[in-house]
Amino acid sequence: MTSYDFAVIGGGLVGSAIAYGLARAGHQVCVLDEGDVAYRASRGNFGLVWVQGKGQEIPLYSEWSMSSASLWAGLTDELYDLTGIRTQHQAPGGVHLCYSADELSSRQSALESLSRATQGRFDFDMLDHDQLRQLIPEIGESVVGASWSRLDGHANPLYLLRALHAGIQHHGGTYKSCGPVRRIRPEAGSFIVDCERQQVHAARVVLAAGLGNRDLAPQVGLSAPLAPNRGEILVTERMKPLLNLPTTYLRQTGEGSILMGDSHEDVGFDDGTETHVLSHIAQRAVRALPALANTRVVRAWGALRVMTPDGYPLYEASETYPGAFVACCHSGVTLAAAHVKRLAPWIAGDTPPAEISPFTAERFHVQTATPV
Amino acid sequence: MFKRLPLSDTTCNRDVTITFDDLTVTAREGETVAAALLAAGMRNCRTTPVSESPRAPYCMMGVCFECLMEVDGVPNVQACQMLVREGMQVRSQQGARRLVHDHA
Ligand SMILES: Cc1cc2nc3c(=O)[nH]c(=O)nc-3n(C[C@H](O)[C@H](O)[C@H](O)COP(=O)(O)OP(=O)(O)OC[C@H]3O[C@@H](n4cnc5c(N)ncnc54)[C@H](O)[C@@H]3O)c2cc1C
Ligand code: FES
Repeated sequence: MTSYDFAVIGGGLVGSAIAYGLARAGHQVCVLDEGDVAYRASRGNFGLVWVQGKGQEIPLYSEWSMSSASLWAGLTDELYDLTGIRTQHQAPGGVHLCYSADELSSRQSALESLSRATQGRFDFDMLDHDQLRQLIPEIGESVVGASWSRLDGHANPLYLLRALHAGIQHHGGTYKSCGPVRRIRPEAGSFIVDCERQQVHAARVVLAAGLGNRDLAPQVGLSAPLAPNRGEILVTERMKPLLNLPTTYLRQTGEGSILMGDSHEDVGFDDGTETHVLSHIAQRAVRALPALANTRVVRAWGALRVMTPDGYPLYEASETYPGAFVACCHSGVTLAAAHVKRLAPWIAGDTPPAEISPFTAERFHVQTATPV
Repeated sequence: MFKRLPLSDTTCNRDVTITFDDLTVTAREGETVAAALLAAGMRNCRTTPVSESPRAPYCMMGVCFECLMEVDGVPNVQACQMLVREGMQVRSQQGARRLVHDHA
């Protein structure tokens, strides 16, 4: 049985970012990934590196997102130098479009309180229709205005994932597409991980299996109360540059396609699409950019978000079985740089980043225990 | 480079005139735009959106999207999936389509 410093279970964006962070620090890492039949948010997401509006209930999440956003350009350069793969990351700032005066003013007050809660580190501007038109000349008449933040950006999440996989291998790590891990056995201070046809021995184990963490976490004294939440996305034919900055629901990729997102649906483990949802997404996109009425949609898909009960991440070290960790979140693109540069060092033994202290599963036990 | 096979089907031998960029091309009714233009000696139908390298129809059955052209003002039409019509105006496409000011 091969032995590693770390077994990382799950090769999506969260597992791959952590594994890359560990491998680049010189640890022997093995990524065990289920394969093509798994639910894989990392291959179906929208690709925003997004800060604005996040963390209203827990402002440290805003700090964590800002930290990651600020590390993203460096990660992109590093991965390009190492692997030749460009993530297409750009941070021109981003806008959230509002369709009524009420929406615009409630957006403003929510962002103002977020800005206060972060002592002004999260900053933003409100734009009226004319100011927005300066940024997006094709903006629709029914868009009343927008919030703008210089902290936002976007990237190609598929290239990011490929670059991380290549980077792991470059640093001597192993990636195995091995079918689902069913069992993790703590043994004499280390772990034996059972895949379908093989076993791996590791001194430490990181559960980064997305929705799969639900079943794995209890085996090493952790809990991961996750539920799927579906998002559907449409993508158009490639076009000349039209939208120079990302918006919450629309962005133009490096190749010129426009991505139109996305829905939030509670439909269990169904990652299909539904016409009425797709048509709602398309109509909202056409209101934002009326010129889109003319374009062809070439693909549409659904993917499942990895959601905790409050939507915030879960990062926790097992107390019962030291050396076991769980990590999951529903902004794995945004947080990729923080996962590489700040979370992986914690998993390797450094002090934890201050921002992640609220994100253990304890907050869910407390909630269940508190009478309402 | 390409030549037409003899056809036994008599419904398919009427001539149809189309234009390709600034050329006038005689096509045969029942042919696709891609087939007609390849028979007329077209080498490239477009350049790609990202690297702008030249491309030509490839699979001729609707799956590869190499044959994208502008047909009667509509960009990104699969030329292998579109039958020729009298008077049709076909243009090669340079890079990605423009969205704004399309007269589709
Ligand atoms: C529609 C949509 C839009 C989104 N938009 C954005 C966005 O704009 N910006 C952003 O930051 N985030 C976005 N996200 C969220 C982001 O995609 C996720 O946070 C991220 O992909 C989660 O990565 P993950 O590695 O935890 O999970 P996944 O990508 O789901 O990966 C889990 C991996 O674990 C493996 N696995 C599962 N079970 C097992 C097992 N038992 N054994 C071994 N391997 C296992 C699977 O093979 C899979 O590869 C979006 C998500 C969706 C669905
Ligand atoms: S030649 Fe392949 S789609 Fe037309």
